[in-house]
Amino acid sequence: MASDALLFYVFAAVTVIGSLVVVSQRNPVYSLLSLVGAFFGLCGLYVLLEAPFLAVVQIIVYAGAIMVLFLFVVMVLNVPREDAAEWDRAHPLYRPMAVRVGGALAVLLALEFGWALSKTSGMSIGVADGKPAVSSVGELGRILFTDYMFAFEVTSILIIAAMVGAVVIARKRDE
Amino acid sequence: MASLIETLTSPPYNWYIAYGIIVGIVFMGLQLMAAVMVYAERKVAAFMQQRYGPYLVGPKGLFQPIADIVKLFFKEELRPKAADAFLFSLAPIISVAAAYLAFAPIPFGAPTTFFGLLDDADAISLQVADVNVAVLVIFAVASMGVYGIVLAGWASNSKYSLLGGLRSSAQMISYELAYGIALATVVLMANSMSLREIVNAQEGYWYLFGSIPIPKWYIFPQLIGFFVFACAGVAETNRAPFDFPEAEQELVAGYHTEYSSMRFAMFFMAEYINMVTVSAVATNLYLGGWHGPFIPANYGWIWFVIKLGFLLFVYLWLRWTLPRFRYDQLMSFGWKVLLPLATVNLLATAAGVLYFGL
Repeated sequence: MASDALLFYVFAAVTVIGSLVVVSQRNPVYSLLSLVGAFFGLCGLYVLLEAPFLAVVQIIVYAGAIMVLFLFVVMVLNVPREDAAEWDRAHPLYRPMAVRVGGALAVLLALEFGWALSKTSGMSIGVADGKPAVSSVGELGRILFTDYMFAFEVTSILIIAAMVGAVVIARKRDE
Repeated sequence: MASLIETLTSPPYNWYIAYGIIVGIVFMGLQLMAAVMVYAERKVAAFMQQRYGPYLVGPKGLFQPIADIVKLFFKEELRPKAADAFLFSLAPIISVAAAYLAFAPIPFGAPTTFFGLLDDADAISLQVADVNVAVLVIFAVASMGVYGIVLAGWASNSKYSLLGGLRSSAQMISYELAYGIALATVVLMANSMSLREIVNAQEGYWYLFGSIPIPKWYIFPQLIGFFVFACAGVAETNRAPFDFPEAEQELVAGYHTEYSSMRFAMFFMAEYINMVTVSAVATNLYLGGWHGPFIPANYGWIWFVIKLGFLLFVYLWLRWTLPRFRYDQLMSFGWKVLLPLATVNLLATAAGVLYFGL
């Protein structure tokens, strides 16, 4: 179990650091690659949770397919390095709406994590007690479409919302 | 000394030694295969074009690959001034690492005791990692190989490299679909995603007309599936007739135009190791892996090597027989021929498994 805990910290560190580099990098290709690195960290975490199917699908779908397309687009469009916006130097309260909303969400998330951590007693790594290990594809499908049906549908609506948002943002403005 | 040997050959150390031997076989074997393929490629090409091929270094030119490798070692490592230094170095590493990693879940023989080193009870299987989703792992790692090529193309900061990288990523993404569906068809028939179980499901014989035995290999019911897999596999490894990323006439050398010395050698090695991996997967999925007549099960790896060698020869055969497709032909072949064929084959197989319990 000790080695499991060690591996958990390694993979968790890879995931967190990878995600931080994604948002802090100014070169889009590098942030894209560190996102792939973060996905590998997540894949490792899934393996530790005894869900090898999810781990591999994570790599196939995200790292293998979606991120390659992203890389493709970044390379073809030759996206320049992002320069620091002017309001980066302004006081947080004077920044545009988006930054303020994002900041508020970050604070909310931090509070929620703190609350969740205060509720759990000690770190338990591995499959949650009483729940079956979701290792086989059949089991996974059954659980997804029975017990977690609501969460599944809500997630799909969330993804559709994100897609619509992306289309709206990318659409050329009629001027 | 005697007690040391006794300790090492008793549990648990004998298991570690056996596992180390297997990892060593795979690692060194893949490198050796790459060298052998370089030699074989030149000899087969020469044979098909009625030339001699390499014949000066060693008997029959057998040491030519060694000479090549020594030459590559001593070449100067060049990097274009405008290249992205970090990614330029990272790209070949990704390529070769993905190539090695893809071979990890592939079994190449029946469980063995290494001539009595292990007890019969814990005979070890000839395989680096027995994953129960091996088919998916191979698919995932194969898709990682794209990064090496795309990044090499982008980081070189050269138009030929970039075009080569883009072409190859487009090609690999297109053919990955057919590749994946062909894999899924075999998974349906064997009812397992573990390569070991898929191979074991192909043990024994079918009796044609009740008397003529044919080996129970999936290539016979899955001829279409094998065709799709072979086409997609050749396209995935960027070999002729699908070798667009490095089409010399148009793109100099494609994504590795700017590479020299060992960095170039790593791409070269990755290409050959990928060929070996795809052939090994095809052997396991369609040709019954290490099962076959005449050779006792303990020496099944001999069958595996024979089948692997044949498929690798087919690779070379194709290269020197077929001209390269045109780029639009490649895309329409992938999307309009292979993908529908693979899908129909998948549906037919699913129906067959459901109604006849094949």
